[in-house]
Amino acid sequence: MMLHTVNKSPFERNALESCLRLAASGASVLLIEDGVIAALAGTPAGDRIAERAGDLKFYALGPDIDARGLGDRPLIDGVEIVDYGGFVDLVVAHDAVNTWL
Amino acid sequence: MAEDQPVEFDTQGVKKRFMFVNRRAPYGSIYALEILEMVLISAAFEQHAAIVFIDDGVFQIKKGQDTKSLGIKNFSPTYGVVEMEKQDAEEDDDMDMVWRIIVEKESMEARGLSADDLIVGVEVLGADALSALMDAQDVVLSG
Repeated sequence: MMLHTVNKSPFERNALESCLRLAASGASVLLIEDGVIAALAGTPAGDRIAERAGDLKFYALGPDIDARGLGDRPLIDGVEIVDYGGFVDLVVAHDAVNTWL
Repeated sequence: MAEDQPVEFDTQGVKKRFMFVNRRAPYGSIYALEILEMVLISAAFEQHAAIVFIDDGVFQIKKGQDTKSLGIKNFSPTYGVVEMEKQDAEEDDDMDMVWRIIVEKESMEARGLSADDLIVGVEVLGADALSALMDAQDVVLSG
């Protein structure tokens, strides 16, 4: 199974949109760097993620959320926050990594 | 290992399925050229490759590119070399290498293009078929 990482804001680039279009059911998506902006609830990208929450597993990198001061904002239900160790665990647990940048 | 010994990588018999995902138009950034170089290197190592064009990456293989006024090299003819490698692999029974050149239907049509506008022969796949193919790869390199 594949781990997709997305590092661009959905307001700036279509990386997340293309990732969600092509990620196979059962895959994991890890939001990193500006990609964590997609985890904000009540945004168009947040709604798109919520639509796929049934067949994709979503993660966001905590340090990148904290760095942007987004820790006090409501995030989408079902997005699991991981630290750098969790990032490594995800990479190890998947067969391949696809980087959407 | 002694310090003066050269490092050797045993790649004999290693065969992986590579997918190269082109997502950006040429000339605005270096991504397109870098991925093209990786594709050609994978040929030297006789690896399976799916060369995929999605999003603005479709413009990399648009016919009629003319960079004379920009003063930089038009590298689009090099995709013809990719197509030749693909045909060589198909015709040579001794070569265990499968190459595919694929364009995502949705990306192509959203940009008002058809397969006739492209400088190489391509397979046009919808997002669902491409998603399944992507999931079956050993290595995915995107840019």
